[in-house]
Amino acid sequence: MRRYSAFAIAREAARHHLGWERAWASPTPKASYDVVIVGAGGHGLATAYYLGRNHGIRNVAVIEKGWLGGGNTGRNTTIIRSNYLQDPSAAIYEKARSLYETLSQDLNYNVMFSPRGVMMLAQTEHEIRGYQRTAHANALQGVATEFIGPSKVRELCPIINIRGPRYPVLGALWQPRGGTARHDAVAWGYARACSDMGMDIIQQTEVTGVRREGGRVVGVDTTRGHIGCGKLGIVVAGHSGVMAERAGFRLPIESVALQALVSEPIKPVMDVVVMANTVHGYMSQSDKGEMVIGGGADGYNNYTQRGSFHHVEETVRALVETFPIISRLKMLRWWGGIVDMTGDRSPIISKTPVEGVFVNCGWGTGGFKAIPGSGWAMAELMAKGHSPLAAEFSLDRFREGKFIDESVAAGVAH
Amino acid sequence: MLTLTCPYCGVAACETELSPGGEAHLKRFGPGSSDDDFEAYLFLRPNVKGVHFERWRHAMGCGKWFLAARDTATLEVFGTYSAQTTEPPPGIVEAIRAKRPDWSPT
Repeated sequence: MRRYSAFAIAREAARHHLGWERAWASPTPKASYDVVIVGAGGHGLATAYYLGRNHGIRNVAVIEKGWLGGGNTGRNTTIIRSNYLQDPSAAIYEKARSLYETLSQDLNYNVMFSPRGVMMLAQTEHEIRGYQRTAHANALQGVATEFIGPSKVRELCPIINIRGPRYPVLGALWQPRGGTARHDAVAWGYARACSDMGMDIIQQTEVTGVRREGGRVVGVDTTRGHIGCGKLGIVVAGHSGVMAERAGFRLPIESVALQALVSEPIKPVMDVVVMANTVHGYMSQSDKGEMVIGGGADGYNNYTQRGSFHHVEETVRALVETFPIISRLKMLRWWGGIVDMTGDRSPIISKTPVEGVFVNCGWGTGGFKAIPGSGWAMAELMAKGHSPLAAEFSLDRFREGKFIDESVAAGVAH
Repeated sequence: MLTLTCPYCGVAACETELSPGGEAHLKRFGPGSSDDDFEAYLFLRPNVKGVHFERWRHAMGCGKWFLAARDTATLEVFGTYSAQTTEPPPGIVEAIRAKRPDWSPT
């Protein structure tokens, strides 16, 4: 693989950009692989990448029904933060955030990580107490966050209406090294690195069945024939329930639609990410100048990648109240993704009842921020059978009642 | 926008009037049941892509719970019916079969 660099740009500029290589290969599938990953989104590709890089397992195929990064990886609001309450969550999200810091260098692909700071507004007394508690927990977990007052909020983001009519801003949980990254680039960067290690990324191929022999996985049936495998990783987010059914077990997951929208591009007005969970909306400004807006998820099962219009109205109403200057902005695009929700709003990275089959799912409304940490933990689990980062996120936790309750940190907004 | 007709008051209610209540026809496993049954009852869901039976409440209307048959892949509604049932009534099953000939209740 030819490396990307300032020199490469100069070299290609001098020869009409004819020397750029394809970023990843599109091979025909082999008869079998050591590991097959279903789902070439961020989490699946990161799993494959760390299998190769950390554990030397490179006979790997990543099989994707559509095109890589075309699901939730390309549909989120690109926010990265790790200000969670419970220890296992803080550990894996902070691992992910810290990997994002150097991901562009590691992958030799600019993922445009921008640690611009994430601010979660406290607009009720209850939220103040909740976020102060989170800030204290984060201090113990080694996650750099602090609780800031309204004057600091105004200083960091002057366009916020601090004295809002319904919910004045009383403070905020501030994570200065949170931020955003270019979501597609994360998938593309991992895909290029995987392809460079000799892994096969097989797009436009749906896994239609999981073959088992004596309670152990031996391969998958796909729309391009049978592919054998030693181990199988199911990393398909919203379709986890469908894939689990094909593998012969059920998951504690329901799939619902989560929406986002962006405005027309405007001049720079905010250089932080702001989440307002009481009024139910969050916003940041992309490098192109679009205001990137997200809100609540629907409450009913849905696989259509379309959400309910009234949620858009609620979100926009909340944000106009919080940021009066956006009241006359036009919206450019609106889309939905299918998110896989668990009861405790924490993910599942686990072995399954079928030997050799592993699942990485349940990231719900907030998976993008976790991609590197999730791939790291899943790769370790698949390679060694145990991962300290993933241990608490096993499927048994529902049976054992050992929930990792993040409904406050994760249930509303990302 | 999702519209369901409340079987009690007959109002065609849009989703802003309704509260979703998750999968319908769950069989309750209480004290004395096995761990497997209890776990499955509490947490494990088929999460079907296709025909799905679910509970809804006409929250901003008559306030009553009812059940609906819906396709989660197309958002098509096959019908709504009383919550006082343990399985989809024949009329609903027929309505589903008319549009999904290969569907069978599990």
